[in-house]
Amino acid sequence: MLKRTSWTLAASVAALLMAGGLAAAQDTLKIGASAPKTGPLAGGAAVTHWPNVKLWVQEVNNRGGLKVGGKQMKVELIEYDDKTSGEEAVKNIQRLATVDNVDFIVTPYSTGINVATAPLIARYGYPHITTSAATDSVAEFAKRWPNSFWLLGTSKQLAEGVAQALTKLQASGAIGKRVALVNVADAFGLELLNAGKPALQKAGFEIVYEGSYPLGTQDLSPIISAAKAAKPDAFVAFSYPLDTMALTDQAQVQKLDVGAFYVGVGTAFPGYAARFKDNANGVMGVGGIDPESKDIQEYRKKHKEVTGADADSWASATTYAGLEILGQAIERAGTKDKAAVIAEIKKAPFKTVIGEVNLADNINHKVWTVGQWQSGSFNGVASADLPGAKAPVKKEAWK
Amino acid sequence: METIVTGVLLGGTYALVALGLTLQYGVARIMNLANGETFVAACFIAFWLFASYQLSPLYGLFVIAPAAFVINWTIYVVLLRPLVARAKNPGMLEVDSILATFGLLFLFQGLMLRGFGGAYTSYAYLSDRFEIFGAFYGLNRVVAFAAAVVIALALYVFLFWTRYGTAVRAVAVSPGAANLVGIDVSRAAALTFALGGALTACGGTLLSTFYTFNASMGVVFTMKALIIVIMGGVGDVRGAVVAALILGIAETSVARLVDPGLTLAATYGLFIFVLLVRPQGFFGRRQA
Repeated sequence: MLKRTSWTLAASVAALLMAGGLAAAQDTLKIGASAPKTGPLAGGAAVTHWPNVKLWVQEVNNRGGLKVGGKQMKVELIEYDDKTSGEEAVKNIQRLATVDNVDFIVTPYSTGINVATAPLIARYGYPHITTSAATDSVAEFAKRWPNSFWLLGTSKQLAEGVAQALTKLQASGAIGKRVALVNVADAFGLELLNAGKPALQKAGFEIVYEGSYPLGTQDLSPIISAAKAAKPDAFVAFSYPLDTMALTDQAQVQKLDVGAFYVGVGTAFPGYAARFKDNANGVMGVGGIDPESKDIQEYRKKHKEVTGADADSWASATTYAGLEILGQAIERAGTKDKAAVIAEIKKAPFKTVIGEVNLADNINHKVWTVGQWQSGSFNGVASADLPGAKAPVKKEAWK
Repeated sequence: METIVTGVLLGGTYALVALGLTLQYGVARIMNLANGETFVAACFIAFWLFASYQLSPLYGLFVIAPAAFVINWTIYVVLLRPLVARAKNPGMLEVDSILATFGLLFLFQGLMLRGFGGAYTSYAYLSDRFEIFGAFYGLNRVVAFAAAVVIALALYVFLFWTRYGTAVRAVAVSPGAANLVGIDVSRAAALTFALGGALTACGGTLLSTFYTFNASMGVVFTMKALIIVIMGGVGDVRGAVVAALILGIAETSVARLVDPGLTLAATYGLFIFVLLVRPQGFFGRRQA
């Protein structure tokens, strides 16, 4: 027994030494990633987050790695599941920083977990380029953690985009002034509601129905029937993927025919268009892309080739852009020194798949806020400061 | 009227979620925490059969249910029977089975992640309009409800009108006494556990036609099932169906008449109320 134990020990020591030796022999850049593979947010991360991490690492390594101060360094990815839990994510970051000794980290996934891990990431001094956090507190966060960068915009921008898009539709005569407003009862849904409701009212819309439902609810027919009873011209729901699907399904079944149908997160997922086919046409949601952009077209093609799945049309490209920025900043700084890379990120704009991104004040101010399914493409119809928005079209009756 | 129909349909959905666990927990005495994973696995298989072989989920039932039966039988015989054999009292079996099935939960979840990835999955099947009293409902929900009725009736007939069903009920009441009157308790328990697994899989198959699911959602269904099983009275099929219908109607009425934000509060309020007034559940027997 004792003998076997010591053999095992010896073998593992040898294995570890070999692993260590190999890593030292090659010049690699160790990058750590912690995000959900299980738990409530795994569904979103599997579409938006992980495929882009995989794609970027593969792209970089196919090119021969990143050029760091005259040396080509391949990227080695170390990934952990945070089980959609803030505590677990904190432990992962700790492990990445102290046990795996990674050079840089990929942003965690979702607003909550990014905020939960931000203090620790700041303490370790890593550049923290968030690409899946949309909250109104970004300005405050950027100030509190100068190593953090916020690319996805604010809830206020997203909600005001809805008012923009509806105003355009109203101006074209597609819809009237009656809006049914629904939200998922969690931090994100409430932030959007608190920004969206006044924005809609200011634009002259009348809220004829208002309702909220608990996170994770998929039985939403009472909401749709109540909304329908209020005879709205537009239906707006600040929802999450599960309820986005369920609300659309019920609207279709109960024939809630409105000129504008907006559902929140998840509308931009390729699975949405696949599920609702022709009925997806004209549906609006959070996100959007510029279909004319060559960079986006090429990015989407590569995404499909490498990961086997379509990119979503909101945070996918942003996630990839965040990694591009990290890579470019490391190359520009020419060193693995974290503080130098952070300084470099603030210094000059970056060319990415989502266009030029300027992070001088740690915040990306130019984002697509509302997209609309228009014959198979989720085109941006409202944005903050971005050119190339398509005109929103009237939602035809459900088939 | 519309509220009641919606509530009843939702109740049918909940019954499908809970019936399998009623059998497994009430009769086979195994608190199967991996129940929700069985459920989600069935969703995935139904989706896979539909997407790859264009096999309608309704026919898919005839593949999935027997497969789940066999798998659950095997799980019971290999993994759980030793626990039953060594348990000195029901409390010990309960703790052991919770621990063992907790492990199973992670195993199943991991396998599903491997096989199907973590992304949300949903597909359109029978998502047509179905008119009842002038209002529209999803045909898939109506079909699931009809199936729930058929399954619950079949189960009722089996348990109350057949000789073997009576034996199964005897095992539920008192395994020791059942043994004394010549019932093969071990076999009856294995059969019930397997049957419960098959029912859970049927539920998953039917619900996959209108729910969006992913590999980590099992625990949501386990929770719901547990509430319904405890409300209805452990081990009583009638109780589970009644509890499911009450929950469905209560949630829908609260959503329509009070505020949709309060559906969860209604569910748990009702649950606490039942526990306070009738801790053994609607049809449960008071512990001696």
